[in-house]
Amino acid sequence: MTTIVTDVLVIGGGLAGERTAIEAASRGLRCIILSLVPPKRSHSSAAQGGMQAAMGNMAESQGDSPDVHFEDTVKGADWGNEQDVARKFVTLAPIAIRQMSYWGVPWNRVVAGPRTLPDGRVIEEAKEKEGLIAARNFGGTKKWRACYCSDGTGHSLLYAMDNVAVELGIEVHDRVEAVALIHGGERCFGAVVRDLRTGELRSYIAPATVIATGGYGRIYGLSTNAVINEGTGMIIAQDTGVVPLGNMEAVQFHPTGVVPGDILVTEGCRGDGGYLLDKNEHRFMVDYEPAKKELASRDVVSRRMVYHMRQGYGIDTPYGPHLWLDIRHLGKEHIETNLRDVAEICRDFLGVDPVHQLIPVRPTQHYSMGGVRTDSEGRAYGLKGLYAAGEASCWDLHGFNRLGGNSLAETIVMGMVVGETVAKDRAGTDFTFQERCAIDTQKQVEERIRKLLRGGGKEYVFDLRNRVSDILMEKVAVFRNGKDLEKAVEELQEVYERAQNLGLRSNGLGPNPEMASALRMPGMVRVALTIAYGALQRTESRGSHYREDYAHRDDVNWLKRTLATWQPGAKLPTLNYEPVKITELPPGERGYGEAQGQAPQAQAAQKEAIHG
Amino acid sequence: MARTLHFSIFRHNPYDPQSVPRMQSYTLDETPRATLFTTLNRIREEQDPSLQFDFVCRAAICGSCAMLVNGRPLLACKTRTEELPETITMHPLPFFRLVGDLSVDTGSWFGEMEQRVESWVHQQHSFDPNGLEERMSNDKALEIYELERCIECGCCLAACGVALMRPDFLGAAGMLRVARYLADPRDHRSEAQVLEVLAPDSAVSGCVGFLACDDFCPKNLPLEEQWAFARRWLLAHGALSDNRPTPQRIG
Repeated sequence: MTTIVTDVLVIGGGLAGERTAIEAASRGLRCIILSLVPPKRSHSSAAQGGMQAAMGNMAESQGDSPDVHFEDTVKGADWGNEQDVARKFVTLAPIAIRQMSYWGVPWNRVVAGPRTLPDGRVIEEAKEKEGLIAARNFGGTKKWRACYCSDGTGHSLLYAMDNVAVELGIEVHDRVEAVALIHGGERCFGAVVRDLRTGELRSYIAPATVIATGGYGRIYGLSTNAVINEGTGMIIAQDTGVVPLGNMEAVQFHPTGVVPGDILVTEGCRGDGGYLLDKNEHRFMVDYEPAKKELASRDVVSRRMVYHMRQGYGIDTPYGPHLWLDIRHLGKEHIETNLRDVAEICRDFLGVDPVHQLIPVRPTQHYSMGGVRTDSEGRAYGLKGLYAAGEASCWDLHGFNRLGGNSLAETIVMGMVVGETVAKDRAGTDFTFQERCAIDTQKQVEERIRKLLRGGGKEYVFDLRNRVSDILMEKVAVFRNGKDLEKAVEELQEVYERAQNLGLRSNGLGPNPEMASALRMPGMVRVALTIAYGALQRTESRGSHYREDYAHRDDVNWLKRTLATWQPGAKLPTLNYEPVKITELPPGERGYGEAQGQAPQAQAAQKEAIHG
Repeated sequence: MARTLHFSIFRHNPYDPQSVPRMQSYTLDETPRATLFTTLNRIREEQDPSLQFDFVCRAAICGSCAMLVNGRPLLACKTRTEELPETITMHPLPFFRLVGDLSVDTGSWFGEMEQRVESWVHQQHSFDPNGLEERMSNDKALEIYELERCIECGCCLAACGVALMRPDFLGAAGMLRVARYLADPRDHRSEAQVLEVLAPDSAVSGCVGFLACDDFCPKNLPLEEQWAFARRWLLAHGALSDNRPTPQRIG
């Protein structure tokens, strides 16, 4: 058995993982980053819009401050997040932005002088701000606060970050997957890792292990997430039996993923006056939301779209039903300039020219607010020596809804925090490692692989994966109710049974993709069950979690966070709850037009705005 | 009328002792708006779960899925089947080490390139967390951004005749990375370092100017212009003699 020892083992080479490693390395620790893909290919690169930080350099940012950013974030979260974490985050975000600039990110800069906004207002950028970092407008924020690099913010951030990792000589082992954590019930000692080039197993031993593997979007089949986002880090954390996942029922959907492919097209299409049409090319949002129409909040629009398709008004395709987004009336000039990215996505991936043709869209899973539950410094609950950062984690910045632009900012800020925590915890301590734990864990993984290679199992991994995706999309998506959620839990439990009986159709040797999927599958069903079961138990509506049968936020009973562990051999997660930390801003109205005490229908119609 | 597509795909798993390099045929009905991303996944799920290929973002952002399709290097995710004839041949990208089937190891090559060109900002001072950011004109920021849009897909190297003959060739991707730092006022690397990287035959002097890199870059990066810039920079710094024939674009 090959064993590699290091100070810090970071699982995941996206922005959060790399920033954590850079912080720990610059404090003298040896770090190894494990990544499914070369780090510059991580899903962080897909974040195009921007990174929130209260820089206050723009005319429309006047009066912005960490306080305002804090308030926006807590309201966006529907008071489901940790306010001490939000405070720390908004304070560090501007420093993170400037440090990324120091490391080479070409942030767009303030150009002094007057300019005309799309709504006709003329604003004047100040002379004294010329050349400082610019920001643009994002939904759900009071001020212009999203710092950006043209249309490739995530790309530029990830390249700059990875370049620093290269400069510091941080070792990256790419095309590997952590398949189990090594632990002794109280302390984490590292991970058993499968080399996706060769199929070989290795053990990595480290006093500090950091999970930074991003979201689990792909468990939902229809997701804007990269195909590698299958929740692998959350799976191995939950697999320990002692580490809880927090608020897994909090899942964000975006109304306009294209069909097929599920690539996001921006809300700017609707912001600029685009329509949503059904199979009869009827503009149906006018019927549901006479006041706001397509510009109702992201969650509301998603719910209306799904409802309308369920009534049979979707366009049927081999990829499932969809609706149309119509921006033809905005004109060629507007589309080619203001919506250039959208036009490119349509032409490159759909062969659709949005100047003359309709764009096929439907609501698509977008972001996981839940993840490995940690304290406010990134230490995972349940196991010493285990940490988490970024979308894979739940230190709980986002509560039940993430504000647009806060995800990029979180990856970097939390990486700074967790890297510091790891170094602090390591200082002056001895590391005693129980070799038996590594041997046992590796044997268990070897046995799982041998069982699959031996054959005899009947279930085909891609059938099960598609089944999980269908159940979640149908019953645990934008609309939720007790009856459907109960059914979803029951059906997912059946799939979980079947996942114990997987069989390979190919030989499974070396870098065989069927073997990799088969090893992930049982854990993916557990995560799906955790989402569905948590949603079933939470009898209220908060942020993205919308219950048709409990349409109100219920602060009396549900101002608390779900903690889900999975006991060995169990068929369902064990749910516990902990209170949400309110340090500054007591629960109130989010200010998106929703009003407490309205009829559920009216409240649903107005519920939350937000984000990008 | 839906077409039937005939695929001929390169197969080899170096970790299977029984495996020999070969071409394998698959037949599939074409679905509307299908890309090679959706199509290859259908082949894997419906016909052959052992088929290896790499996709990550499937939105032409991450650079994972470059391969040869009917002999031309391109990003599979942004290639729609309706742009292709009924018979489609697919090979892994040349130049990079084969992982298996259509999957190649681009990560190792780009990692080494980044060490070689020192792909990071060479700052002269340390970061001050309490200070304001250094000012920069927006035009300068946009210029740098244009030069760092490379997604490391490897199409430029797979298309390059020189790279196929000499494995140490820096390629357009490496040259562009140097140009990106030369354009950045925050970078203070020495001229000697740039000369050492750009001047040898394994870099700018070795380029024969076919410019297939420019033809096949899926991000339409200004590679031709940047080769010219690099050559001019070397001339200005005395690294290329004037009587050396200047490479010309052919055709």
